[in-house]
This record gives sequence, C-alpha cells and structure tokens, in this order.
Amino acid sequence: MLSVLISGCGDRTAQAQRKIQGIVYCAEANPVSFNPQVTTTGSTIDIIANQLYNTLISIDPLTAEFRPELATAWEISEDGKQITFTLRKDVTFHSTDYFTPTRTMNADDVVFSFNRLFDVYNPFHFVGDANYPYFQSVGMDQLIRRIVKVDDYTVRFELFSSESSFLSNIATDFAVILSQEYAMQLVEQENKQDFDMLPVGTGPYKYKGFLRDNLIRYHKHPGYWKHDLAMDQLVYDITTNNTSRIAKMLTKECDITAHPSATQLETLAARSDIRVDKAVNLNVGYWAFNTEKPPFDNVLVRKALAHSIDFQKIMKAVFYGNGIQARSILPPSSWAFQTQAMPSYDPERAREFLIQAGYPDGFEMDLWAMPVSRIYNPNARKMAELIQSDLREIGIRATIVEYEWNTFLERVGKHEHDSVLLGWAADTPDPDNFFSPLLSCTATFSGKNPANWCHPEFDLLLTQALDTTDLQQRKQFYQQAQQMLIAELPVVPIAHGMRFQASNTSVMGIELRPFGGISLANARKN
Amino acid sequence: MFADFLFRRLSLLLFMLFALTAFTFALNYLFPGDLLTNFSGELNANYSQTQILEQKYHIDDNLLIQYQAFLVRLFQGDWGLSLSSGQAVFGHVKQLFPATIELCVYALIVALCLGIPAGVICSAYHNKWPDKVISSLTLLGFSIPVFWLALLLIMIFCLSFGWFPMSGRIGLLYEIPPVTNFILLDIWLHDFPYGGQAFADALHHLTLPTVVLAMYPTTVLVRFTRDSMLTVLEQNYIKTARAKGLNRRQLILDHALRNALLPVIKQIGLQFSTLITLAMVTEVIFSWPGIGRWMIESIYQRDYPAIQGGLLAVSFFVIFANMLADVIHTLLDPLARNQAHGKV
Repeated sequence: MLSVLISGCGDRTAQAQRKIQGIVYCAEANPVSFNPQVTTTGSTIDIIANQLYNTLISIDPLTAEFRPELATAWEISEDGKQITFTLRKDVTFHSTDYFTPTRTMNADDVVFSFNRLFDVYNPFHFVGDANYPYFQSVGMDQLIRRIVKVDDYTVRFELFSSESSFLSNIATDFAVILSQEYAMQLVEQENKQDFDMLPVGTGPYKYKGFLRDNLIRYHKHPGYWKHDLAMDQLVYDITTNNTSRIAKMLTKECDITAHPSATQLETLAARSDIRVDKAVNLNVGYWAFNTEKPPFDNVLVRKALAHSIDFQKIMKAVFYGNGIQARSILPPSSWAFQTQAMPSYDPERAREFLIQAGYPDGFEMDLWAMPVSRIYNPNARKMAELIQSDLREIGIRATIVEYEWNTFLERVGKHEHDSVLLGWAADTPDPDNFFSPLLSCTATFSGKNPANWCHPEFDLLLTQALDTTDLQQRKQFYQQAQQMLIAELPVVPIAHGMRFQASNTSVMGIELRPFGGISLANARKN
Repeated sequence: MFADFLFRRLSLLLFMLFALTAFTFALNYLFPGDLLTNFSGELNANYSQTQILEQKYHIDDNLLIQYQAFLVRLFQGDWGLSLSSGQAVFGHVKQLFPATIELCVYALIVALCLGIPAGVICSAYHNKWPDKVISSLTLLGFSIPVFWLALLLIMIFCLSFGWFPMSGRIGLLYEIPPVTNFILLDIWLHDFPYGGQAFADALHHLTLPTVVLAMYPTTVLVRFTRDSMLTVLEQNYIKTARAKGLNRRQLILDHALRNALLPVIKQIGLQFSTLITLAMVTEVIFSWPGIGRWMIESIYQRDYPAIQGGLLAVSFFVIFANMLADVIHTLLDPLARNQAHGKV
C-alpha cells in the first residue's frame, strides 16, 4: 500500500516548489482561555495576548515610555480624571471560519471591551464566571466611573479619582480590544460562552484551531494594520514535559522553546544552531502563607518559618546561578526598590520564635509546590523539598502538595492551602503591579492574593501611592510598603529569576520583554 | 455447516459484548466520585441540570433500567463528556482511534512483509546458518522491552544523528483535515499544495514508531511461520511430492506455504490485543496522537468518563478483530468449522 501511495505522489512533489512557512513554538501548558481579560496565567498570556490582540497603548521595553498602538494619541485632563484616546483608523478584525467582520475597529469596540470588565449590564460581563482577575485585583473596577464614546474614533475614560498607574494598566497584555460586532453575533446565536474560546482580535495572527494537549494553530492575519507578515502560520506544540521540549528543540521540531530549565542551558548552548536568549525580567518568586489560617495568622510563626530556610542552598540548587536572591518583594531593577533587612537563615532564632508563638514542638503543615517551571521558580518541587528538610530541623513537619497547574491555581485562588511556593512576573514596570494584584484586599476577594492577606494600613499606602503623580512621594510610599511586608511577612520573597528562551538561529525578531508576555508579531524564519 | 459456525461465533460475540458493557456500566459505580459525574462527565452541575441528568440516567430506577438506558446511549454515541476537556468522549474516540489503528496496521504490514518470508527462510534452511542467524535475531527482538527499544532508537536516530523527528504524525505546519484519519490517505485525498513534502514528512514521522511497534509481531510471526512450516514439511504429502522429484522452491511455495499459513492467519488476529497494548506504550513515547496516549493521560487526570469510553472502544475493537480473524481462518480452513464450540 505504501509503495502505491508513494509512486502516486511523485507528480505532486513537483508542485510543491515553495517550502511551507511557519514557526513552531513549544509551549509548556494548555491555554486556559483565549481571552487575556479572564486570566493572569503566564503560560496562557504568552500564547494568546500579543499574537491575537492589540491594546490601546503599550510600554516600550527599553525606555519604559508609552507607545501608541490602537490609540494614536491620548490626553489626560488637568485633574487626571479624564483620559481621552484617539483611535487608529482602518484597523481590521480577524476574518475567521466563525466570524466575518463588516466594519473596521471603532470606538464601539473599545467601549465594549472595557465595559465587559466593569459594567454588570454588559451582556458578556457574567460570561466566564465574571472573573477578571487582573483588573479586579488592581481595583480598576472601583476606579472607572464610565467609558464614553465621544465620536467614532475617540473614547473617553472618566475616573472617580486620578490614579498614576491607570495608563500602565491600560498598556498591559490584559487590556485587549475585542470586536463588539462579533460579540453581538454571538448574542444573536445564543452562544455567548464561545466568546472567550473562539477569539477575534486585531493582532498579527488569527485563530484557526486548538486540539487540547496537542496543538494550537494560528494563521496570518492578512490585513494586519502594523506590517505585512512573512510567516503564514504560527503553531504552538503543547509539550508539558520539560525534557521533551528540549529534545524537540534538538531534533528541530520546535523553532522556539519556552522556559528551558537552568540545567538544560548548557546542552542547548553547546549547539551552534540554537540560540539561548537571556532577559532580565521583572519578577519575584516567593513563599506565601495563608494568613487567615492558624497558626499562620500569627506573625511569630511566619517569622519562624522565614528564618528556618537556607536561601543560599535554594539559590544554588534551584537557580544554578541564574537568578538573584530577593532583598525585597520588588526586583532591584524597579525604580521603587529598596534593600530590606530580609530574614536570614538562623534555625536557633526560628526555634525561639516558635516557642514564643506557643509551638515548642512544631506542627504539621502543607507546602504547595507549583507543578510547572516558571521564570521566578524553575523547580518548585526541589525548592519545596529543600524547605521541607529545613523545616524538619525546627520540628515542623511539612507535606508537599502538587496538582495539575490550572487546578493548582484554582485551588490556591480558593485559599485551600497552608502555604504555597508561587511567584509573580510583572505586566508593567509600575511598582504597583507587584503590590495591588498580589497583596491588596481586593486581590483577596478576586482570588489572586495567595497570602490571603488584607491589611488596611498597607492598602492605604498603596492608595496614597496611586493618588499622587509625584515620583519621589510614590517612592516613599512604596518603600514604606516594602518595610511593612518584611515586618509582617505574609510572603517571604525568595528570588528573582532570569527569563530564558531557546530558539533556532534561523528565527529572528522574537521580542522577549522584561514584563508581560512574549511577542512573536515580528518573528521571521530565514 | 459454515452458517452454523457463524451462528455460534455471533452468539459468543453477543455474550462478550454484554459482559463488556455490563462491566463498563459497573465502573460508574466502582470509580470514586459522584455517580452522575462518572456517567455524564458534567462537573459542577447546578440544581436544574442535576435534575435533568438524574432523569436522563434513570438514577432513581433500578439497575436493570439504568443499564438499559446506558446501552441506548451507547448506541446513540452519547458516551458522556470528558472531565478534562469538557468535550464529548465519543468525539475524542472517533478522532483518536484511527490514529492507533493506523499505527497498528502499518506495523502489522511490516510484520507480515518481514516475518513470513523470514520464517519461510528459517524453515527452508532448518538448522543451517540463515536459520540460526534469524532465530537469534528473533529471540533478541522478542526479548527487548518495547519502551526501551523506543527510547534507544530516539536517542540514536533522533537526538544523536537527527535523522528522524521524535513526536507526532506529521510536521505541525502541515494542516491536513482529517477525512479517513489515516494520515497518508488524508494527504492523498486532500488537494494540498505541499502534498509531496507533507507525504514525505508523514513517512518520516511514521518510520520509528512503526519499526518499534512492528518488532514484537514480526518476531512472533517469524517463529510461528517457521514452526508451522517445519510441521507441514514433515507431512506425508510433502514427502510424496519430494519423492516425485519436485525441487525445494516448488515444495515450499506451491505445496507447503498455503497450509502452513493457516495457523499463522489465526495468530495475526490474536496478535491484535498485544499490538494495541504495545501501541499505547509506543504512542506515549512518540507523542503519537492516538487513543492509547489519550487513555493514559485520562488515567493520570482521573478522567473517569474518558477511561470508560477508551476501554470500551479498545475492547470492542480487539473482540471484533479476533472474531474476524477467526472467521477468515475458518473460511480458508474447512477443518476448523468442525469445532463444536466457539473460542475467543
């Protein structure tokens, strides 16, 4: 049978003159959604945000200045409460198997996209459990009074109060512009739940198909407003196993591989056809305690735990010299960073704290370790094992708990854990991005605050910092906030990692950003 | 006579299917977790949905009615939803099973093309060096665990030499719409501008998994053909033919082979269950998108409706394959029809 087929195929071979064009990116997890509004999962954002969508403005990775994207200009009123965006004309939405746009992007789309997040009367607000983790955790829903369409290409955001991080938040990967026309089509078809799974955006690629645990296929968006693309396709090969991903890189089945682990970098760097990129990334890996659960509600216990772990050992065994030990929750490259007196490795002191807290014989606890490798924690399991053995020294018996990644995040969101090893990679260079989404009271309610920590004084500091645009003043507030975190220790910052990416040398134009996801909009293959 | 045989086999088939479906039905009760979730795959159903599901699955009725409803749904293709993907289990099975069968069929073709001639050569040169070499190689191939062989080949041919890809059925950039789900046929059917490249790429992907999977059936076929041929060559009619002055080629090809292959045909059918099991291991190692890999992932994720569906599909298939081989064997061998009872 094979020979018959082969011989029959001979004449077709001649037709195929041009080589098939596209990039294969080996991703580490299935996307949880195809709409960045409803998730903050880094692996998902990498896959969907910059490829399928555009935002109104973006942040230049080098100068940290705002750049025009779908908005060509923006104007802030004197009291800082009104921000008016002028929109770009002739921006087309994706034309896919399930939707054909009849008009270009206009103010209706922008109003719709943001209304979905904040307006309970928007028909899509409650689709997908009405959970918009990023915007809820930074308190945007409390900030925006309304969004007004001034004319077809002008949109005005009216705020309750001025806030210095507003533009930064509008520039994150989560603030994407969706098609209102597509949404209305789904309403007519009574098929609203498809909205987040069958995406329509303005980005360089359009959605073609998704086979769970297998692949995601994007096709080129022919009328992309920014530039013409050389690549016909972008395919994500979902390979959850770390070693398989690297092996596929070696056999050239992947053009780009996400998050190679530190131990594999040497093997990759030894090959002349593989390039390993290293980027400083704004992130922090931390150990968070569920501060609502006893005994972790007691600050003495948290201090005992923090003093019991050997940071040096973790840096060596987990990061292999590709990270720096944390001196605050903020990474040193953030402008608000200030070195803090971090708890040092001191088992004697830890034991004293335990006795003071009333646990001379220790206790039993859970230690949740994330099952995937992230920039801020390349091997949480190993880190958990090290911490487990350190804790045993002071009489605490820790059990390591693992779940599949999406289940893990869901359960941490419900605060089912005692303590968890997690981390945060920034979406904007604004320091607020490290505090509000992680440790504010609103973040507790939206399930993003893994320490389950709600401290009014801390929240006040964050609000004060956001209320002013004076950089020095903001710096002071954030420094107070950092001091407070070290005193209270709802989380123990452990390390800041480097972001790695392996790619074939024939692939150019991958944009690895110090914050937010990866952009393959300009990626080319020679 | 043949009708009688067929009737016996079909009644046995019906009994086997009954036992299989009853077992699968019982699994809903045996698996941990909520009964309704096990049946339907609906997680977090709200009150009104639960009501509808309870009616649909006849939860309040006795077991017999529940089982009857289960059978009806089975034939309608309503196999519940997968817990991990939220999509219909039957849809997954329809999409993934052909990839597994494809792999098994190619492996079987390779096994037939290599195994039978090798077995014939062994018997023709009984106890001479070709027989000894082939028999030793067969023993080696028979003893190598399939996962080890797969990893060894990947290490040598994929990672060291870079000759073959190590995962999937075809390069991901080739977008082949599934029609028959046999990748080579689909490329052929689909008018694809890169048809030639795609075909070569698919063959490239097929090579290592097929070789790995073909190893076991090939060795079995070599041994069976050899033994069967040797038995036939001892028969009086062969001796008579030899006495008449026929040469070795005529003896083997015209007189012995046809009779010697009869037990081998039956063996091919029996090989299918082993082949499917080995295919699962091969699929996992080569990331082949078949039902085996899907089932093993479902087991990891405790996806009970998917485990049930996969189990049912694979068992159905193995039973039918065995039955088919049995019937074909009987068609070709009139003596076998005289068996009083059917066997599986």
